[in-house]
Amino acid sequence: MKQFLALAERLLQEAQTAGADDAEILLQESTRFSTRVRQGTVETLKEATARALRLRVFVDQRVARASSSDLRVETLEGLLRRAVERAWLASQDPFAGLPEENATPPKVESLALYDSQIETLTAQEKIALAHETEEIGLSLDPRIRNSGGAGLSSTRGQLWLANTRGFRGTYRATSCSLGLHLLGQEGSSREQVSDSWFSAARHWTKLESPERVARTTVARVRRHFGARKVPTQEVPVVFEPLLAAELLQDLFGAVTGEAIYLRRSFLADALGKKIAAEGVTLVDDALLPGGLGSQPFDSEGVASQRTLVVENGVLRNFLCGSYAARKLGRKSTGNGSGNGEAPTNFYLAAGRREPGEIIASVDRGLYLTRLLGQGVNLVTGDYSRGAYGIWIEKGQLAYPVHEITVSSNLRGMLEGLEMIGTDLEFRDQFAAPTVRIAAMTVGGR
Amino acid sequence: MSTGEYFEQQHGLDTRRLERVLAEALARGGDFADVYLEHRQHTSLHLEESLLKESSEAVALGAGVRVIAGEQTGYAYTNELTLDQLLEAARTAAAIADGSAPARNINLSPQSLPNRYGVERPAHQASMSEKIEFLRRADAVARAADPRVREVRASWNDEWRQVVIANSAGELAADTQPLFTFGVNVVVEADGNRQAGAKNFGLRAGLEAFGVAQAERLAREATRQATTLLEAVDAPAGELPVVLAAGASGVLLHESVGHPLEADANRKKLSVFSGRIGERVATELCTVVDDATLPGLRGSANVDGEATIPRQPTVLIEKGVLRAYLQDRLSAKLLKMAPTGNGRRQDYASVPIPRMTNTYLAAGDADPDDIVRSVERGLYCKAFSGGQVEPAVGKFTFSLHEAYLIEHGRITRPVKGATLIGSGIEILQNIVAVGSDLVLDRGAWTCGKEGQAAPVGVGTPTVKIARITVGGRQ
Repeated sequence: MKQFLALAERLLQEAQTAGADDAEILLQESTRFSTRVRQGTVETLKEATARALRLRVFVDQRVARASSSDLRVETLEGLLRRAVERAWLASQDPFAGLPEENATPPKVESLALYDSQIETLTAQEKIALAHETEEIGLSLDPRIRNSGGAGLSSTRGQLWLANTRGFRGTYRATSCSLGLHLLGQEGSSREQVSDSWFSAARHWTKLESPERVARTTVARVRRHFGARKVPTQEVPVVFEPLLAAELLQDLFGAVTGEAIYLRRSFLADALGKKIAAEGVTLVDDALLPGGLGSQPFDSEGVASQRTLVVENGVLRNFLCGSYAARKLGRKSTGNGSGNGEAPTNFYLAAGRREPGEIIASVDRGLYLTRLLGQGVNLVTGDYSRGAYGIWIEKGQLAYPVHEITVSSNLRGMLEGLEMIGTDLEFRDQFAAPTVRIAAMTVGGR
Repeated sequence: MSTGEYFEQQHGLDTRRLERVLAEALARGGDFADVYLEHRQHTSLHLEESLLKESSEAVALGAGVRVIAGEQTGYAYTNELTLDQLLEAARTAAAIADGSAPARNINLSPQSLPNRYGVERPAHQASMSEKIEFLRRADAVARAADPRVREVRASWNDEWRQVVIANSAGELAADTQPLFTFGVNVVVEADGNRQAGAKNFGLRAGLEAFGVAQAERLAREATRQATTLLEAVDAPAGELPVVLAAGASGVLLHESVGHPLEADANRKKLSVFSGRIGERVATELCTVVDDATLPGLRGSANVDGEATIPRQPTVLIEKGVLRAYLQDRLSAKLLKMAPTGNGRRQDYASVPIPRMTNTYLAAGDADPDDIVRSVERGLYCKAFSGGQVEPAVGKFTFSLHEAYLIEHGRITRPVKGATLIGSGIEILQNIVAVGSDLVLDRGAWTCGKEGQAAPVGVGTPTVKIARITVGGRQ
């Protein structure tokens, strides 16, 4: 660690000697273990420690970058020298530069990012967990006999950031995940159905048990047996939490500073306006203890914060790094990724409806269980994706459906977000409870 | 300095030392081991708002050691190319086998590789100002092409990858793999309606294969696509006949047919094509080929990621009959089939897996205009923005970027916001006409599988599919 800091100090000094007004060095080291167990056999076992360095230099309001996994000093010095030369070829841009101020980041301890237990777990313990998960998964239903495998991974790492404005920061973080992919086949049908489930956490003890991951996966596969097609029609659509979280992922791309100044978002002119139904509150919170997206500062050293993006249906904020913030006359929200913006923990705040109550409210409609493909156009808001689901008849989950598409426009979907569940759970950087959208076109037969 | 010399002179990794690493990797009793050394230099340039906002240079250096024991794979990698670190990685990977073995003698002999890239002017050696000019011209041409253009983004990427692959079968392959990509993205706006157009271009070749004229042509194309979409109506929903235009729309076959033909999915019975070699799976009009031997395309390769040299095109489906899977070394051995040179890996940190290279539907003999004329009401698909498939279930989803209605045998209005959904086998059984106009697209296609990205080529002649489920809003 001392070695890394000394290297950063040396490179920052050399950048200035080479003529840079400012420079920034980011170093990352991570040790990753992953295994996949399939049909009772360890299929892959992978383990490695990797290092990478990223740097930015600024000359006369111009910028250049470099990165390397070759950390030999002569390689880094060459990259640095060429970056300073290359910066002169860039256009002068008054908005380019390091963040003006680096407020004191929150105490790393309060974020609970590191679990020392992950250091001491043996490969055998981790493999055993994957074995157990798959074994349970294959024992619960005679129709579920094939497996894509149970995967377990764990990562621990440290990040260092230093710049010529005096910022020095470092933090350690861990994460682990356990997932299972199963397939089912009913009767003599050649057609297979498949689904998966995973659990991810920063702390080993927060990971769902093999039993729970296996049972959830099996329940998800079972939901697809005997799927039918439905005719094309417009109906209310209920998104279960995992899929509502996918919607949040799409929406994130529409509220970044970069998407706004480039006018690549259907929300480009919507700041301060009502863009969603009453009760819709979207938050990006980097300070959530133990959150998979939590961090004390962003990749530019800007202190982390909690940002209210949409408050009760009104667009209040864009998520910005320092460059987009200056372009838009705003303040960085600590979402700088070194290249545009990255989410921290981006979520839809829980509402008041029980998930069961939301399903019961639908006379005829679709309960979405999976989404496929990338049919989201953030410039126009047009939304059209492949889907699997369960048809809802008179408030009851009636039968599974497949080979359908769901289409609408994100603008209309936000306005039609008429019911929000209580079941918010953070299992990823994006999270949302069950939601009901008033109407979408389901394309089928 | 050749690639072999680079690793030898810069890192002291000569043949003898690689043999030692391989012997260490097999010390616990594995069946097979390989070492993959990689040094990659990458340059990128990015222009937006008519400003050259940034340039970057990236270096990736690392080595991966793999050990196979039966169906099991152990893998480890390092960024430090010293003998000690490689031996350490070898010991980590070796742990997949839990026995011991007598010391093995490995004698590496260099393979002679074909040359399918034909680089005259390596892009990484060209001046920055030459590449910057591509971006500036694209920006100027797009803005001049239409007053409704609001934003233009243009980017350039080039990559020079040096790899050495050595394995316990004694094969030693050294390859230098060029790649460049140019992309332009245009946003137009009129009466509050905003649309985007995008075009990109990429080859495994040198700068002799690109120029200002191409940058300008792509910029005009992206602008035309965006302004066309301003006039687009909502796509229809329901089952319709679909005509795929020659070229880029071949990505639909890449997803729906190519992925389920990968041997790993088939040996694990995770594909709809498992155990069906020799069966009729498509109409007689369909011949599907994967070909890494084509010169200079994104999926072209002198050698795959595990020292297998692709020697000829792989015919996957011949006149409707399933003939072969896309093999890597492990799957070929377990299935007792011949390797096809499709064991690719993203980088030194990745395990090789079966992947496509350049995949296309072979030309038929129908007149492309007749194909369109035969459709009373349907869709004509020119460009997709992305897709996804589940090989086990065979279902795929595709998002249309540029598509038109076909009404009474004529291409009429552009449509927007449409998705195609279906199963690969159904598509193959519904291909009712194949045009004579095969086009191998030169777009910058990147395929994703198990978190690994790989450049690929796609292609198709004009094709008529009798019906696909279209998810639109009308």
